[in-house]
Amino acid sequence: MTNTNSHAHPVDNEAGKLGMWIFLFTELFLFGGLFLVYAVFRAKYSEGFHSGANDLNAMVGTINTVVLLVSSMTVAMSITAIQKGSNKKAILFLLSTIVLALVFMVNKYFEWVHKFELNLFPGSLALQSLERGELMFFSLYYMMTGLHALHVIIGLTLLVICIFQIKAGNTHKGQYLLLENSGLYWHLVDLIWIFLFPLLYLLT
Amino acid sequence: MRSAEKYTHISYLEHEGKYKGIWSWLLSTDHKKIGLLYLYSIAFFFVVAAILGLLLRLELIAPGPTIMGAQMYNGLFTLHGIIMVFIVVIPGLGAVFGNFFLPIMIGAKDVAFPRLNLLSWYVFIIGALLGVASQFAGDGPPDTGWTFYVPYSAQSATNVIFALTAAFVLGFSSILTGINFIVTIHRMRAPGMGWFKMPLFPWSLYATAWIQVLATPIIGITLLMVIAERTLNIGFFDPALGGDPLLFQHLFWIYSHPAVYIMILPAMGVVTEIFPTFSQKPVFGYGAIVVSSLAIAFVGYFVWGHHMFTSGISYWSRWFFSFLSFVVAIPSAIKVFNWISTMYGGSIDLKPPLLYAISFIFLFMIGGFTGLTLGALATNVHLHDTSFVVAHFHYIIFGGMGFAFFAGIHYWYPKMYGRMYNIRLANIAWGVLFTGFNLLYFPLFIIGLQGMPRRYFDYLPQFHAGHFISTIGAIILIIGIFMMMYNLIYYRHRGPVAPSNPWKGVTLEWQIESPPTHENFDVIPEIKHPPYLFKKEPQT
Repeated sequence: MTNTNSHAHPVDNEAGKLGMWIFLFTELFLFGGLFLVYAVFRAKYSEGFHSGANDLNAMVGTINTVVLLVSSMTVAMSITAIQKGSNKKAILFLLSTIVLALVFMVNKYFEWVHKFELNLFPGSLALQSLERGELMFFSLYYMMTGLHALHVIIGLTLLVICIFQIKAGNTHKGQYLLLENSGLYWHLVDLIWIFLFPLLYLLT
Repeated sequence: MRSAEKYTHISYLEHEGKYKGIWSWLLSTDHKKIGLLYLYSIAFFFVVAAILGLLLRLELIAPGPTIMGAQMYNGLFTLHGIIMVFIVVIPGLGAVFGNFFLPIMIGAKDVAFPRLNLLSWYVFIIGALLGVASQFAGDGPPDTGWTFYVPYSAQSATNVIFALTAAFVLGFSSILTGINFIVTIHRMRAPGMGWFKMPLFPWSLYATAWIQVLATPIIGITLLMVIAERTLNIGFFDPALGGDPLLFQHLFWIYSHPAVYIMILPAMGVVTEIFPTFSQKPVFGYGAIVVSSLAIAFVGYFVWGHHMFTSGISYWSRWFFSFLSFVVAIPSAIKVFNWISTMYGGSIDLKPPLLYAISFIFLFMIGGFTGLTLGALATNVHLHDTSFVVAHFHYIIFGGMGFAFFAGIHYWYPKMYGRMYNIRLANIAWGVLFTGFNLLYFPLFIIGLQGMPRRYFDYLPQFHAGHFISTIGAIILIIGIFMMMYNLIYYRHRGPVAPSNPWKGVTLEWQIESPPTHENFDVIPEIKHPPYLFKKEPQT
């Protein structure tokens, strides 16, 4: 009799991927709740949402969209690299994904700081004195981009873990479930931004 | 007296893992041990919340303040609701019996993600502790009720944020368990076990897991929005800030109505296992039970509006939600007919699990029919927010899920511990519980019809008789609960050693040793027959 505490499983990558996909669905529903609230208030205060979106800098948003899209590509390239057995390239692509993600976050940081300088932060008097629709627009803007930024940070952490796992030899050509799942998560982060960008920046 | 008999095998309880002592439990990834961790923590919180319920009933024994004031009463019913709903009933059957028996019943050695499974328990405990902490930290116990309706929950000076965070964290644990069960059922069924050779308790867990995964994120984001409303002064729901309080009710019930099916579907699954075993007859209408479980899970998504008939939603949406609420009663009724038909013509063995299962049908039917009364638009206007509603959902949740839980623990106890409780004492405890339950909740229907509002710590003198009987019932019920628990705890080590198949069950869990070994199966069984095939006893 073996003296282990965990049951000996044959590694089932299909199970791991299935679990990840279902988890991603729950994430979509989490943001789905916010999209629903956005839809309700956009219908109620279309004027305010219009002027609110005008106040956002579409250029910053566009740059961030391109940055995230490219980072999604590099993470996919990293998975292809590991499938072909090239750990070095995989790490390189992961590093470029991380750099792009940091660019996104820095961009976001300056965008938020700029808003803070205009005293437009949640709970501020300047924000409260805005017209109802604009107030709701900025509330949703902070809630949605804030929650998205949290997901970027979680995704970043996963990618860093992937690099260490490749270096430690636990993730390689024969077993790259962690990298694949982290890549899926990163695509989700990208996908949600693809919806946030037009809703917040473009629909003026 | 401690029995001198010994088992011939090393069970999961004595299994020597990597860790010793208490750590062999707290760090175990064995689904059976995690199931027991859930059992003990949920039982603890159940007792706490039941005692809170008793205190609420004692307050209502006579008009006027008796043992507490209004604010205290509000805090206690909020805590009672949060613990019972989020900590006891929603995880309840799935986390305890699902964890323990799902892998065994589908012929697997564990769930798909054992470490994630242990993590879910820790997340659950963190959520539970946050819920308890909300009572002591900050500005006094939350007084919003478990439904957290805005705008009051955005304005109440009490410690609502802790309670909201607790519910959020508990939801996370629920999602992780749901994912784990779905993947387990998809990937780990024993060779030969096609979907329609799977026993019905796993089927009900499968339907439940999908609701957990697809509905819980909505409450998650809703609770986050209320937290943002309180901390950042963002007015999503507060009309004073341009928000919409009805929107909160919609978002809340989009999750919390399906959550009722998270509670009741596994309960239906448990009794579906019990009826064939104690009738020694195959389950009647296997396919109908599977389809009705899935139908409940599906239609259950679209009935949330029946909690909001008096909130001011449009006539057509009320009509629509009322119609769908009647539709969702159909699959539940199909199951009732299946259970009764399973017993028809069987050789019925009236043991404690079957007693609880039959009383489940009885109480669930009362809860179900009064649910239709509430689902009809005209009667709902009269009954909304009265103690009729309180009686209705306690008949469904306690009479349904609670009694199914008791049925399950009496059914699987000999398998889980390898010992048998005292059958006679179990029967008596059942009688006390059943009497107390009906005495407690039935009068609430009547005074509710007469106009007794829910969530009031005081009432008019004409409701005194009903409240008095109800409080007597609560005391009897608590006595019954303690008798049952005494029986189960006392005979855990002292009971006679149970054979591997004391009830002559035919599903896989009865084909292995009691208690099971660490690996469940020495050889993974190959499934050739549908479940619930009982061999005919030779005629003598």
